[in-house]
Amino acid sequence: METAILEKIQEDFKNRKSCLSHRIVICAGTGCIANGAMDVHEALAKIIREKQLPLTLSLKEEIPPGEEDPILISKSGCQGFCQVGPLVTIEPENILYTKVKPEHARDIIERTILAGEVITELLYKEPQSGQSCKNHEEISFYKRQNRMVLKSCGDIDPEDINNYIYSGGYMAARDMVLNKSPQEVCDIVKEAGLRGRGGGGFSTGRKWDLALKQKSPDKYIICNGDEGDPGAFMDRSVMEGNPHSILEGMIIAAKACGGTEGQVYVRMEYPLAVRRIQKAIIEARKSHFLGENIFGSDFSFDIHVMEGAGAFVCGEASAMTESIMGRRGMPRVKPPRTAEQGLWGKPTVVNNVETLACVPLIIRMGADAFKKTGTTSSPGTKTFALTGHVANTGLIEVPFGTTLREIIFNIGGGVLNAKGEIDNNDFKAVQIGGPSGGCLIEKHLDIPLDFDSLKSVGAMVGSGGLVVMNKSTCMVQIARFFMKFTQSESCGKCVPCREGTRQILELIDDVAQGRGTQKTLTLLEELCETVQETSLCGLGKSAPSPVLSTLKQFREEWDAHIEMNCPTGNCKDLVSYTIAAESCKGCTACVRVCPAGAISGNRKEAHVIDEQKCIRCGACVETCRFDAISVGGRV
Amino acid sequence: MLKTTANTEKLHNFSKVCEILDKFDRQPSKIIPILQAVQEEYRYLPEEIMTFVATSLGTSPARVFGIATFYSHFSLEPKGKYIIKVCDGTACHVKGSSGLVETIQRELNLSEKNHTTDDLLFTLETVSCLGACGLAPAVVINDKVYGQVSKQRMKELITEYKTMEA
Repeated sequence: METAILEKIQEDFKNRKSCLSHRIVICAGTGCIANGAMDVHEALAKIIREKQLPLTLSLKEEIPPGEEDPILISKSGCQGFCQVGPLVTIEPENILYTKVKPEHARDIIERTILAGEVITELLYKEPQSGQSCKNHEEISFYKRQNRMVLKSCGDIDPEDINNYIYSGGYMAARDMVLNKSPQEVCDIVKEAGLRGRGGGGFSTGRKWDLALKQKSPDKYIICNGDEGDPGAFMDRSVMEGNPHSILEGMIIAAKACGGTEGQVYVRMEYPLAVRRIQKAIIEARKSHFLGENIFGSDFSFDIHVMEGAGAFVCGEASAMTESIMGRRGMPRVKPPRTAEQGLWGKPTVVNNVETLACVPLIIRMGADAFKKTGTTSSPGTKTFALTGHVANTGLIEVPFGTTLREIIFNIGGGVLNAKGEIDNNDFKAVQIGGPSGGCLIEKHLDIPLDFDSLKSVGAMVGSGGLVVMNKSTCMVQIARFFMKFTQSESCGKCVPCREGTRQILELIDDVAQGRGTQKTLTLLEELCETVQETSLCGLGKSAPSPVLSTLKQFREEWDAHIEMNCPTGNCKDLVSYTIAAESCKGCTACVRVCPAGAISGNRKEAHVIDEQKCIRCGACVETCRFDAISVGGRV
Repeated sequence: MLKTTANTEKLHNFSKVCEILDKFDRQPSKIIPILQAVQEEYRYLPEEIMTFVATSLGTSPARVFGIATFYSHFSLEPKGKYIIKVCDGTACHVKGSSGLVETIQRELNLSEKNHTTDDLLFTLETVSCLGACGLAPAVVINDKVYGQVSKQRMKELITEYKTMEA
C-alpha cells in the first residue's frame, strides 16, 4: 500500500476547487440538523438539478468535461451558532444566511447564485442594534472570537480527508513521525506550554514525557471524548466537525511517547461523532496515516473507537481505562498515574479532544507563535459552550485571559430577562466549569479567564461550560441541580463521595423544602469541605464546589430559604401563588390550564387560588396575560 | 402484566446473541460493546440473555449484572417503542426542562418510579446533556432532536406520535 502524498492531494484538491463557480456550505452540526439542515441541503440540490446547473456534492468526484464550473454543496461541522441555524454560507461571495428553511432554496439559487443578489431577510440581525450582517466577519458573535481549534469546523467537510489535507492537515504528523525524535516532540509541546483542556489544566508535554520515560513495549494513547459535563458540547463539535485533527493529534502524541495503539472513547449519546470518527479512521488507514509503518516510516500506530455506556465518572482517566477493559468504570488510587500504569497495566496517555486538536496547530505554527495568544501561564485559546440566559448562545473560542464581561455582553450579545428581552441589569451569575466549577458574580466579570485565576476565586475552567443566569434563577436550585447530578453519577467506590454527596443533597433538600435552619447551613459547609478533602477522585473532590460557591456568593438567598422564602419563586414548597384582584379580568384562562382545579371564580370577576389544592406548577402564571398572578414567599 | 410479555420467542432464540458474541470474538474485555449490541436487539437486557452472555464469555453473571447496572445506558426492563429523552443539562435546566418532564408525566400518566407506559409505547428518560445546549430545552424522541421545546409543543409532539400509532 502506498502512502498518500500530501502535496499531490493538496494540488489536486486546489485544482478541483478552482473549477467551482460557487460553494454552498451547509452547517451539519447536531444543532442545525435538528433544525432541518438536511432538508435545506436536499431542497437546494433539487432546485439546482431542476435548473440543470452543474452540481457536485463532493470534490472527490471527477468533474465531467464541459461542466467546468459546477456548484458544490458541501456539509460542514458545527459552526457554533446553533441558535440561528440552519446556517448556509455562500462562497466566493461570502454571504451567511441564517434560519434557512427548505422553502428559501429557490430564492437562494435564483437570486443569490444566479443573480448575485443578497437576500436581506435571511441575513443575521444583531439583537441589540438590529443591524443586518452579511457574513461571519460582521457578526459580533464571531468577530470578537479567536477561532483556532474551531476554525476548520464549519469550513472543511468532515467526511472528506482530502479537504482536511488541503487545509494543511497531516503535514505536522508526517513531519514529526519522519523527522523528529520522541523527546523532541515532547519538548515542542512542553515549550508551547499546552495545558490539558479537559479541565485539570495539567501540562500535556509533561504527561507525554512521563509516558515516554516508561519502559514498555506497548503504550496506549486515549482520546477522552466522554464529554459528560452538562452544558458543554465543544468536544462533540470538534469530533463531528474536524475528526481528522484529533487523529492527527493522536499520531503526534503516539510518536512523542512511543504509543502503539490508540482508543477514542466517545459518549454513545453522540452517534454522529462516532460515525464521523469511524469514517475518518478508515480513510486515514487507506491513506496509510494509520496502521503499520505509517508515512513509510518504521513507526506503527492504529486507532480504534470505543463507545461509552453512560457513566460520567468514566471521564476520569483511571475509570476510563477500567471501562475500556470491560469493567465497571471506577477510579483507583493514584499514584501510579495512568501515564505510568493505565490500560492493561501499560503506560497510557489520556488526552482531551480539544487538547489533541491543539497539537497539530502547535506543530504547524510553532511553539512561540502559539504562546502569543492567551496568558503566560495558560497559552492558547479555549472553547466555551455559552448557554443559558444570553442573546447569542453557542460554541465560542477565545484566547485565555478574555474577561467574562467581553464574553457575556459582547460575544453573547447581553443577558436575557425572564421575558426573553435583552436586559443587562438582569445579570445574576454565571456558572463556569460544570459540576466541578462554581458560580461567579458581577464583581468577577473583569478577571481574565485562565486556569489559575479561576481557581483563585473558587471556580475552574473545567470542560468549559458557561451558563449565564438571570435574576429569575434560584441559586439553591442550581446547587441542588449539580449535587443531584454528581450524587447520581458517583461510582460508589469511596465512602466520602458515595455517602457524602447523598447527605449534602438531603441537606439542600431540607433548605429547599422549608426544614432548614442556620445549623443546616453550617453542617452543609462542613460536610462539603470534608467530601472535598477526602474523596478518592476528581468527581468527589470537586462535587461540593457548586454548593460552596453559591453559599459564598449568595448567602442571603440561602438565608431567605431558611426563613421560608424563595425570592425567585422556584422552590415550590416555599412559595404561594396569589391572584391580585385588581388586575384579574376574570378571563378564566388560568382556570382552564390549572391541572389541579385549584382556581375558582366567576367569569369577569376576580379569581382565587385554593392553596391547599395548588400543586405550584406555575401553569397559571405562564398563561395569565394580565400579570395578575404573583409568586411569593410563604410568610 | 403487559410489561413482562416481551417477545418470548425471541428470548429463547440465542442465535442472534451468538452472532453478536462472535462479532466481538467472545472476548470478555468487549463485554460493554456486546451488551450494547444485545440491548439494541432487544431494547433492554433480558435476564436470561445476560446469564447466557456471562457463560459464553467464561465470566460470572455477577460481573455482567454489575456492568449492566453501573452504566446508565443499560436497562433491565423493557423500554417503550418511543424513548423520549428530556435533556436536563444545565442550559436546558435553567430554560425549564423540569417543566417538560412534568408535562410528559401528566400527559402519559407516568411518575418518578414508572417510566414506561403500560402499552409499551413511550418511555420517559432524562439525560444529563445531549450536547445541543444552543437549542435548550432539547428533547430527543428516538433519534430525532427537537430544540427549544415549550410545554405546549411537548403536548403536541406526544399527540403527533400517538396519532401516528393509532
